[in-house]
Amino acid sequence: MGFSITIQQLSVFLENREGRLDEVLKVLAKNDVNIVALSLADTSEYGMLRMIVSEPEKGKAALKEEGITSMLTEVVALRVPHAAGSLSKAMHQIVEEKVNVEYMYAFANGSDAAAVLKSDDPEKVVEVLKKSGFDVYGADEAYRANQ
Amino acid sequence: MAKIALENWKEAIRDPKIECMSRDEMSALQSERLVKQVKNVYENVTFYRKKMDDLGVEPGDIKGIEDIEKLPFTTKEDLRDNYPFGLLAVPKEKIARVQGTSGTTGKLTLASYTQRDVDVWGECVARGLTMAGLTSLDRIHICYGYGLFTGGMGLDLGAQALGAMAIPMSSGNTKRQLMCMEDFGATAFACTPSYALYLAEAAQEAGVVERLQIKASINGAEPWTDEMRKKIESILGINSFDIYGLCEITGPGVAMDCIHHKGLHVYEDYFYPEILSPSDHSACRDGESGELVFTTLAKEGMPLIRYRTKDLTSMERSTCECGRTLPRIQKFTGRTDDMKVIRGVNVFPTQVETALLSMGGGVAPHYMLIVDRENNLDVLTVMVEVDEKYFSDEIRKLDQLKIKVGAVLKQALGVSVRVKLVEPKTIQRSEGKAKRVIDNREL
Repeated sequence: MGFSITIQQLSVFLENREGRLDEVLKVLAKNDVNIVALSLADTSEYGMLRMIVSEPEKGKAALKEEGITSMLTEVVALRVPHAAGSLSKAMHQIVEEKVNVEYMYAFANGSDAAAVLKSDDPEKVVEVLKKSGFDVYGADEAYRANQ
Repeated sequence: MAKIALENWKEAIRDPKIECMSRDEMSALQSERLVKQVKNVYENVTFYRKKMDDLGVEPGDIKGIEDIEKLPFTTKEDLRDNYPFGLLAVPKEKIARVQGTSGTTGKLTLASYTQRDVDVWGECVARGLTMAGLTSLDRIHICYGYGLFTGGMGLDLGAQALGAMAIPMSSGNTKRQLMCMEDFGATAFACTPSYALYLAEAAQEAGVVERLQIKASINGAEPWTDEMRKKIESILGINSFDIYGLCEITGPGVAMDCIHHKGLHVYEDYFYPEILSPSDHSACRDGESGELVFTTLAKEGMPLIRYRTKDLTSMERSTCECGRTLPRIQKFTGRTDDMKVIRGVNVFPTQVETALLSMGGGVAPHYMLIVDRENNLDVLTVMVEVDEKYFSDEIRKLDQLKIKVGAVLKQALGVSVRVKLVEPKTIQRSEGKAKRVIDNREL
C-alpha cells in the first residue's frame, strides 16, 4: 500500500446529439455535484466527458437515475508547481519508467496546477512521481480544489 | 454514344417462338413441363414427397398448369433446413455448379445447377441481352461480383450464349473499370444500378464519356427508380435495362425489361410466376399487388415448386408493344419480410443480431440499421449499444470495439457497414416487433 493516492474521475459517453452535454450538466447541478475540472474529448461520432467532481459516487448515481451511463475511472492528480519545466520533468520520469499515459488534462489549483493523468497503472505513476519528489493530490484535496 | 430514341429502336427477339407464343400454346408448354416436374420432385426429392403426401396431393392430380395451386409452397426457411444439398433431384455428381446468397441466419442459401440448368440460365440471360439490343458483335463489361453471388457468373454465361465478348471485371476500383471500358472498347456494361450511376458520374468527372463506346447497360439486383435509369441514360448517352433474378430460381435472367419499360418480361417457359394475395394466398388478378411466387418448370438440379420470393409486385399479361407475349412484373413495391437489398446483397436484420451475439460481449444485441444512399451508393450504418461492462472512458478502446464490430458484421453480412456506437440502453427495446431498420433511400 502506501501509494494508493488515486482519485475517481467521472466519465460520461456523449452521443453527438443536440443538448446532450447540457442534459448531463443539468443533472449534476440539480444534485449539487460541483465540477472541479473537466475535459471534453470529441471524435467525429461521439464525445467523452471526463470530470473531477466534488462527489463522484453521487454524480454517477444521479446520472444513472436519469438513464445516463457513466463510469468512475481511477486517475492520478499530479501537483505541478507554477514554474516552467515542472510538467516536463514529471513527464520525463514517467516515460523513463515506461508507463503509458492514455490522456491528460490540467486545471489550476490555488497557487499550483493539477495535471490529471490516466494510465494503465496508476499506482506505478504515483510511485514514480513521489520517488522523484513530486506530490499528488489526495481525493479530499482534489474534489474540493479551489474552495 | 447517343441514346437510341424509342421511335428509332429496332427490336430484336432471340427466341420469337417462345417469347411471342400465344397464351394457349404457352399454357400447353407450361402444363407439359409442370406435370413432368411434379412427377420428378415427388419421385426424387424426399422433402416434396412428404409435403405433397401431407397435403394429400399425388402427381396424378396435377394435369395442367391450372392445377399448380394444389401444390405446396417452398420457403427460404425450407432451403435453410435442407442446406446444402437436401433438395437435389439428381445425384450430387450431376451438379455442375453451385451459387449462393446470404440467408436469414448466417447460413448461405445455396442453389445447385446441372450443366443443362447452367445452359438454360445462360440462354435466358442471352434473351435479355438481345432485348437490350446486344448481339454477338458486342463486348460486355461485367462489373457484377464474380463468386458465389450469381450476378457476375449469370451475365458471363449470357454473353457466352449470345456469342458476345465477356469482360469479367467483377466489382470495385472505379478508375480501373473506366480504363478497361475505354481500352477494350466495351459496348455494354452490367452492374447494380447504384454502381452504374456512380460509374457514369465518375466517367463524366474524368471527362472520358466521349471516348467510351457503351450503348447499353444492364442493371439489376437492387431496387431503382425510372428517374435513376434516365439519369444513367442521359449521362452516358445509352439505353439502360432492368434485369431481375434470384439465385434460388436461377440468378439474373428470370425477367428483364424491354425498351418500352412497362415491366419486366418473365421467361415463363422456365420460371412460372404467380402473384398471390398476402392474406389468403389466392391468385391476384392482373394489376393487383401480391407476393411473387416461382415454380421452376424445367430445372434439374434443385427444382423448386411455388417458391415464395417475399417480393411484392403485380403482373400484366397483355401483349407488350415490343411484340412479346411474356407476362410483365412491375417494379417491386416492398417485401413481406424485413430483408433489405444493399449494394446487391440481401441483408436480414436478424443476421446482425446473430453476429453481435457471437461476439460474446462488448456490445449489446440491440441495434438499428439505417440505409442511406450517398453519392448513389448504398451505405449501411449499424447503430450498436456499447455494453455497460465494456464501456470505457478511453477513445482508443471504444474505437477498437467499433473496428471489431465492423469486421464481425462485414463477415456476417458480406457488405461493409459503418458502425456507430451509441449509449447503453438508448435503442428502443423490442415490444413485439421492434422497428430495426430505417431505409432513407427514396425508391
